Amino acid sequence: MNVTKLMKGNEALAEAAIRAGCDAYFGYPITPQSEVLEYLAREMPRHNRIVLQAESEVASINMVYGAAGAGFRAMTSSSSPGFSLMQEGISYLAGAELPCLLVNVNRAGPGLGTIQPGQGDYFQATKGGGHGDYRLIVLAPASVQEMADHVFLGFDLADQYRNPVVILSDGAIGQMMEKVTFKPYQKPTADKSWATTGKPASRKRNAISSLFIQPERMEQHNLKLTEKFNRIRESEIRFEEVNTNDADYLLVAYGLSARIAQKAMDLARAKGLRVGLLRPITLFPFPEKRLRELATQVQGMLTVELNSGQMVEDVRLAVEGRVPVAHYGRMGGMIFTPEEIERQLETFFEKAYAN
Amino acid sequence: MQTDEPVTHACVPDDYDVAYHRPAALMDVNMHYCPGCAHSLVHKLLMEVVDELGIQDQTIGVAPVGCSVFAYEYMNIDMQEAAHGRACAVATAIKRLMPDKFVFTYQGDGDLAAIGIAETLHAINRGENILIVFMNNAVYGMTSGQMAPTTLPGMKTTTSPFGRDTKFYGAPMKIAELVAQLPGSSYVTRQVVNSPHGVRKTKQALLKAFDWQKQNAGTCLIEIIGNCPSNWRMTPLEASRFIDEEMVKSFPVGDIKTPDQPSLAPTPENL
Repeated sequence: MNVTKLMKGNEALAEAAIRAGCDAYFGYPITPQSEVLEYLAREMPRHNRIVLQAESEVASINMVYGAAGAGFRAMTSSSSPGFSLMQEGISYLAGAELPCLLVNVNRAGPGLGTIQPGQGDYFQATKGGGHGDYRLIVLAPASVQEMADHVFLGFDLADQYRNPVVILSDGAIGQMMEKVTFKPYQKPTADKSWATTGKPASRKRNAISSLFIQPERMEQHNLKLTEKFNRIRESEIRFEEVNTNDADYLLVAYGLSARIAQKAMDLARAKGLRVGLLRPITLFPFPEKRLRELATQVQGMLTVELNSGQMVEDVRLAVEGRVPVAHYGRMGGMIFTPEEIERQLETFFEKAYAN
Repeated sequence: MQTDEPVTHACVPDDYDVAYHRPAALMDVNMHYCPGCAHSLVHKLLMEVVDELGIQDQTIGVAPVGCSVFAYEYMNIDMQEAAHGRACAVATAIKRLMPDKFVFTYQGDGDLAAIGIAETLHAINRGENILIVFMNNAVYGMTSGQMAPTTLPGMKTTTSPFGRDTKFYGAPMKIAELVAQLPGSSYVTRQVVNSPHGVRKTKQALLKAFDWQKQNAGTCLIEIIGNCPSNWRMTPLEASRFIDEEMVKSFPVGDIKTPDQPSLAPTPENL
């Protein structure tokens, strides 16, 4: 039976974790995501699940490692500075191929920055983030509903590919209240015969490890991971398109920025500019192929991001120089208005016309 | 190599009784440890205890970065390798999710006392029902002999080439005494393994610790004064003497804290 509630993004995410069968949550307080830990500290014990406030983000990510290695659905959440602290552990999780769900409610940086929303962690999330060659599956919710939906999807993808999944949200999506509907969910069965649950006489011992001291074996492991990331690229790209059928120009934006960009698109259309929007839902894998296709149709693309220009690099790589790609960003917790973006559109496309 | 079969001794004639053999829970492989190193001995003791308690199928070990990072190659139990210093956080999660299992960490002094001190103290303060086997050999072994928090005053290492100056780097950290202060710790002891007596005492400590874990007594920490002949630049015999003559001055041997409830663990013979 569907259940509809009015909730904060962070709370919807936490409630979804319970409904997705999350066995254990480990976290550390940091604004603007502390509601996740608070909600789960209150609710998880009622479901006989494990919730623990760790002594640091370093500890909480390693607790996730222990829980995931033992075959349980485990997650943590944090915000930018705390997520940076977790990067070593995330690299180990990826190296040991442990499924888990990680949440970064992005605030503005660098350094301590501000607690206001930002999208400056795009590079960190989509290019690996820690040391070594690895990728995370990155989901970018643009609504409270997706904050919940991506939890179910994220856990399932993590189990399917034995890889950490990141929900890259931001302070606005995390803090805003919206309607959210929870649908019935059946946890898919996942093979966790590799988990450390105690070695019976009937099987060999299980070891969770990312250590390959012999270079030949290390390379083989890296090739195996690369093959997995390529499979993810082939099968898991998700995006949303609005008004792209007749579009002459394309806005590309994710998360909070996509909501504002969509309003800007409406303003532009009211003025007769045929503008479309592509919203990547997965940031890794990135909708490169679709962008390349659209590059044969539109005359230019504009990425709108709450950073100084990060996703724009991936859009440029995708279109391979077919059309001009520009970036418009606000930073440091400042958020653009639809009018502001629409003015950018006009300025940018004037230039495009002149070319 | 996987050996779940009973231990066979090809070299032993049929009409001989085997008085001493490799524990079944210890893999039949060559270890990478240096000649004379205490790690292999303590591995064996741990797995003997697992054998004797019949808990191979209920035991999960966590070995972080350090010389013992390959422990999962030697111990025939389920194991997780942890990042440097994070074993107690990893073990916390495993034990919380599977409270009926036996969970231990196996950590060196650089790992536990330096980079992992926060995870260690907080796990113990929470009274996690885990066993921490703390191998203290006063140096970073794997990275070839740098100064550790437990390096003795005046002791020369590759990063304290003129000897550890306590005015500059402080005194050796007495981890066992430190963690005994925390209410969450139950059994805290320091043992040596450079004599038959010490080996038997260490084994008894391990047996007790597993028993107290079964009783949910809180965190047990067994600090074992190890050695590092290679990085101490000593023969194994010289290293053994160094433990008796120098190490035990900074790290006195014996029980520091015992729980109120008695251990039901058996006492090894000849103790």
